[in-house]
Amino acid sequence: MSSSVARKGMGLDVLTLGVLLSVLALVSLFLTANTHDPLMKVHAVILLGAFVLGIAALFMRAAGGLGFDQSRYEEGIIKAGVVATVFWGLVGFLVGVIIASQLAFPNLMYFEDIGWLNFGRLRPVHTSAVIFAFGGNALMATSFYIVQRTNRARLAGGVWPWFVFWGYQLFIVLAATGYVSGITQSKEYAEPEWYIDLWLTIVWVAYLLVFLGTLWKRKIKHIYVANWFYLAFIITVAMLHIINNLSMPIGLTEHKSYSLFSGVQDAMTQWWYGHNAVGFFLTAGFLGMMYYFVPKRAERPVYSYRLSIVHFWALIFIYIWAGPHHLHYTALPMWTQTLGMTFSIILWMPSWGGMINGLMTLSGAWDKLRTDPVMRMLVVSVAFYGMSTFEGPVMSIRAVNSLSHYTDWTIGHVHSGALGWVAYVSFGALYCMVPWLWKRKRLYSNDLVEWHFWISTIGIVFYITAMWVSGIMQGLMWRAYNTFGFLEYSFVETVEAMHPYYIIRMVGGLLFLIGALIMAYNLWRTARGDVRKGEVVPDAEPLSIAIPTAN
Amino acid sequence: MGFKHEVFEKSPLLLTIGILVVVAIGGLVEIAPLFYISSTIEKVNGMRPYTPLELTGRNIYIREGCYLCHSQMIRPLRDEAERYGHYSLAAESMYDHPFQWGSKRTGPDLARVGGKYSDAWHVAHLDDPRAVVPESVMPPYKFLKDNLLDGRTIAADLKANKTVGVPYTDEEIAKAKSDLFTQLDEYADDYDGFMARYPGANVRDFDGDPEHATEMDALIAYLQMLGTLVDFSTYKADADDNLR
Ligand code: HEM
Ligand code: HEM
Repeated sequence: MSSSVARKGMGLDVLTLGVLLSVLALVSLFLTANTHDPLMKVHAVILLGAFVLGIAALFMRAAGGLGFDQSRYEEGIIKAGVVATVFWGLVGFLVGVIIASQLAFPNLMYFEDIGWLNFGRLRPVHTSAVIFAFGGNALMATSFYIVQRTNRARLAGGVWPWFVFWGYQLFIVLAATGYVSGITQSKEYAEPEWYIDLWLTIVWVAYLLVFLGTLWKRKIKHIYVANWFYLAFIITVAMLHIINNLSMPIGLTEHKSYSLFSGVQDAMTQWWYGHNAVGFFLTAGFLGMMYYFVPKRAERPVYSYRLSIVHFWALIFIYIWAGPHHLHYTALPMWTQTLGMTFSIILWMPSWGGMINGLMTLSGAWDKLRTDPVMRMLVVSVAFYGMSTFEGPVMSIRAVNSLSHYTDWTIGHVHSGALGWVAYVSFGALYCMVPWLWKRKRLYSNDLVEWHFWISTIGIVFYITAMWVSGIMQGLMWRAYNTFGFLEYSFVETVEAMHPYYIIRMVGGLLFLIGALIMAYNLWRTARGDVRKGEVVPDAEPLSIAIPTAN
Repeated sequence: MGFKHEVFEKSPLLLTIGILVVVAIGGLVEIAPLFYISSTIEKVNGMRPYTPLELTGRNIYIREGCYLCHSQMIRPLRDEAERYGHYSLAAESMYDHPFQWGSKRTGPDLARVGGKYSDAWHVAHLDDPRAVVPESVMPPYKFLKDNLLDGRTIAADLKANKTVGVPYTDEEIAKAKSDLFTQLDEYADDYDGFMARYPGANVRDFDGDPEHATEMDALIAYLQMLGTLVDFSTYKADADDNLR
């Protein structure tokens, strides 16, 4: 798209988006009028409202003669992404604490008349909120930031990036309201029903095109490594999402659908998806984040270019095979389980390739760990990444998995990756980006970053050690025999034994949430331009806030 | 090295294609064969599609997120066989769109819970789990008793299942709505027809409230049939085509 067209306000981007939104508004109007499904009706109204708002916003922009200055980076969308990341992060952690307290204190935390507050409906709200809403917004915001900086090009597509942003928020709202009202297809991390999946597909393709379009416009010859990871994340998630969600709706005006696959094939497809939601959403994308913010913050080049090439291709090739480790000892054929186990163990290597590349980038700048709490957060995140990608291959060994599967050990593993790696690297990126975006010389307070770091690190330690103990204990209790050759424990005795650990986990989660609240406050004050009393303002401007330009 | 990685770094298109090829392979090798290697699913006697009431119950199970705490997949390990029964076969979930194997046992496995407890136990337990099992962490599902079944979509449910491969007959689809209520009443006119369509199905009022057809009825009908279909007296685990 030429810049002169975009500048007039009624460019091709506005036109195409306007047409799309109008068509979709008509479709949702039809849905609203014709559906007999009360749950679908609510969603149809939400969709209709969203599309009408979208069209109105487009008109206002066009009328205001949207002046996209093509010589500058698009930063507004990244700021919006930062706000969304913090907001959804707090929501997701809060719901995590709520469901943790339900398992710790079922007598207090369930209400027999409020079925939608039950664990089964809230747990997907938690997982989707932290993975897709918090993690997804962090990935989108940082990818938009990085792809512009490292290619010296403004985001492609004019108003389309904004469509991606708001479209994604709409997806989150539909998913979450769906779960609490009972709309789910029960595939873990792919719970939203068919029409929400279709909507996400549209948004995701637009995301891919914006990203690719920006790469196309680049003024730097070589595409920087962080972008490879983001691109792999976007492409692979599209593939996984489309195939795992193939299903047959019971009617075009009904929310319910039935998966195209059944039983063992459905299970394999789901965990091919599920494991790679981990591999590409929670790993590849966040590695892209690491490859930008760690070198930037350390002011050092990436440790090894060759290592980044090798571990990139090895990682994305091997990850895809590892799904069957979620199905050890199930009715999945043995050959598939063995393949999955083998590749999961090999996966340890490229994973640690990434960790080594991240950590060693600090060579010569190790003192920053002491002086810069943000750097410390980033480095600890990489260390947690190393830890969970060591633990994962161990749990993939069939003999180990026979103990860990179905227990809290899995939950502990998840959260060492999720809290330690995913959340910490995102926090680090947020602490970097907010002063850069809002053109501030520094964060409001480094001391508050210290507080955040220590409170949430203690929280993580509480969480994952409690889950290790309870998981291994539970696994051992399930298989314990007494001297007469009978099972030693009834199931409910193992539930009773979990109780203290569920309380510790809840406290750990609460600490993590408090840490995140401190961060939110710190970032808000930073954006306002405040500096906490007693903390020094540096004279020299950091390089990165020099006037941004796209040339 | 004759090949230079630069070509990928200089072309977004080549990079995209390279990534797609590399990430497509694993899935193709692991998933595609499961559809045509015939030994993937064992040959068994007794599997039949769900009755309309059971399917409705299954959809409630999904809606409430029961699968997040209960697995339906017994592994071939000694303690699991003793605690839950014969290990699960692939054949037992062949009509499950989607599967409900689960990944976490906050509560016990349910793959063979059918017939293990009385209907009254289930009602009391779903009503208030801690009244029956004081240490339980399960949420209460009392409200299921107040939600009446209307069968609005049940024919469409069966039809969609048929489209994705479940062998429902046209007659079963046509009778779906009446079958939904027939299963709650031993004296229904169509009792014999229903039993011919769904051999071995449990027919009775499940929730202790014969006046109403409720979600509680449906959910318990589903729970009471779990794991009971396959006739293990005729199943030969060591037969060649059952070894996987
Ligand atoms: C080399 C890398 C990794 C391997 C081989 C691996 C392996 C495993 C294994 C064996 C399980 C248990 C499956 C079961 O018994 O049900 C598991 C579960 C899980 N892992 Fe990992 N893991 C790795 C890295 C990670 C990372 C970095 C994260 C998060 C950021 C993560 C998130 C998860 C999640 C969310 C689950 C739970 C899935 C579920 O049952 O719902 N993993 N992983
Ligand atoms: C305040 C922090 C958090 C708390 C208190 C918390 C708590 C919980 C609880 C109680 C569960 C259910 C476990 C069970 O079923 O036994 C859970 C599951 C899960 N959480 Fe969190 N969580 C927190 C943060 C996060 C974050 C930041 C992420 C990801 C970025 C995350 C990802 C997940 C996932 C993927 C599962 C499902 C695991 C599985 O199915 O195996 N959580 N969380």
